[in-house]
Amino acid sequence: MTSRYEQVLVVRDLRKVFGNPTSGVVAVDDVSFDIARGQTWGLIGESGSGKTTTGRMILGLEPATAGSVDFDGNEIVRARPKTLQALRRRMRMVFQDSGSAFNPRRPVGDQITYGLQRYGIASGAEARARTVALVERVGLEAAHLDRYVHEFSGGQRQRLGIARALITDPDFVVLDEPTAALDVSVQAQVLNLLKDLQAERGLTLLLVTHHLALVEHMCDHAGVLEHGRLVESGPVDRLLTDPRTETTRALLDAVLEPTA
Amino acid sequence: MQNPENSAPLLEVENLSVEFHTDGGVVHAVSGVDITLAPGEVRGLVGESGSGKSVTSLAVLGLLGTRRARITSGRILFRGTDLLRIPERELRGLRGSHIGMVSQNALSALDPSFPIGAQLVEVIRRHQGVDRAAARKLALESLELVRLPDAPRRLRAYPHELSGGQRQRVVIALALACRPELLLADEPTTALDATVQKQILDLLLRLNDELGTAVLLVTHDFGVVSHVCDSVTVMRRGKVLEQGVAKDVLRDPQHPYTQALVKAVPRLHLSESERAVPRQQRRLHEFSEVMASVGEAS
Repeated sequence: MTSRYEQVLVVRDLRKVFGNPTSGVVAVDDVSFDIARGQTWGLIGESGSGKTTTGRMILGLEPATAGSVDFDGNEIVRARPKTLQALRRRMRMVFQDSGSAFNPRRPVGDQITYGLQRYGIASGAEARARTVALVERVGLEAAHLDRYVHEFSGGQRQRLGIARALITDPDFVVLDEPTAALDVSVQAQVLNLLKDLQAERGLTLLLVTHHLALVEHMCDHAGVLEHGRLVESGPVDRLLTDPRTETTRALLDAVLEPTA
Repeated sequence: MQNPENSAPLLEVENLSVEFHTDGGVVHAVSGVDITLAPGEVRGLVGESGSGKSVTSLAVLGLLGTRRARITSGRILFRGTDLLRIPERELRGLRGSHIGMVSQNALSALDPSFPIGAQLVEVIRRHQGVDRAAARKLALESLELVRLPDAPRRLRAYPHELSGGQRQRVVIALALACRPELLLADEPTTALDATVQKQILDLLLRLNDELGTAVLLVTHDFGVVSHVCDSVTVMRRGKVLEQGVAKDVLRDPQHPYTQALVKAVPRLHLSESERAVPRQQRRLHEFSEVMASVGEAS
């Protein structure tokens, strides 16, 4: 029943104005795009372009000023808080700095398991078993669950963040600069892990990043945000080899590669 | 860029070792590091977090906190003078006038409660002993040198009124106000957007060319090294693994760690063969896999 080309996410004229709706700062300016099931869409932009705000509005974490977000037949922008809470089981987020998204005073395991209890998916021994299985899948060990976030390296924290996002078995995940804080030697491992998990679970992903090389490796389609406007979007191979706007060209020109 | 050969070295770090005394015991942050910089040379000091690259640069500046950090061996010769053997007062004179510094966070290098012009004037007067009017003139010249738009008016601007890229230009102006022979830049563009990063790096290159300032550029980014550096020193776990001409090291790294690290950088513009693989099956080169393939444990 789910055709290969079905759109999981349909974003239309999404708008965010901070402050007064007529005179305030337009952070996101009528952004529209679709993401097909199982695909990865790259949202590219520099700081202040509105890419993180867009991601947060899509998840209903930030109220939109106008526009609509359709997630698998559910309207997000005007959804009631209760509806939104229920949908959050299926749409999750991985942050740039997962370390600071964990409570430093509680063992990380409890915080991963919480998603199962929160949505009534599992409790007790079953919740523990599911948590252990997922934590092992992302490359950590059961013994890690009783530790605190400061005991982990940057790469391990990001694996924990991925486990916490995936514990509720979501359909859609927003990845906000998931490797920007990591050393080069662990970036590829985390990105390959995300790709493998996507294939295993049929995840649809929105990758928010400023890093064009990641977009080329991870994404099927992508768009470039500048001052809140989506100035260009399309299949990644076209976008990065035949850019049609000055913004995209400038971003491509600024990429510094290790060898010419 | 100047030719790094056939001239007396500007900076010689010899057998430098630094240890930190922490609650968990002694940490050997830097172990027997040797680095030489010729006048006018731009050298990248590359490594991942914990490699000792920043500690090395702080040692050169004499800015290691004395309580917990201890230099256990070595010499740091700046134009032949051992910076580890001179009084703090003399070192303070060298910092600013002969050795400038640019850090990652421009906001923390600037005082939020004074206009940038006043901060430049203070630095110039302290190190050059000129009067206020002359210092103001030099301050304006410095801002024009780093191409801060609308420089005369910006002398009265406060740091928060500038963008990140403009602030980093001001910090560079501050560091170069006294025309030092050596600039230590620790991740000077890491906090900036890619397009701004390129502008700031190009500015450093132009200043290196115009003023002949040697630069020791601390970075984790091989792309940055490739764009600006004549030479490179690769560090890991407090030790130098490899050094040489930047182009050669990047093209044909000798140490397995450097090979793996260079290969692990995600590249733009896939090759034909990479593009032929369906996107879902494409994999990035993992550092640990490359290390394993050359028979090294990562």
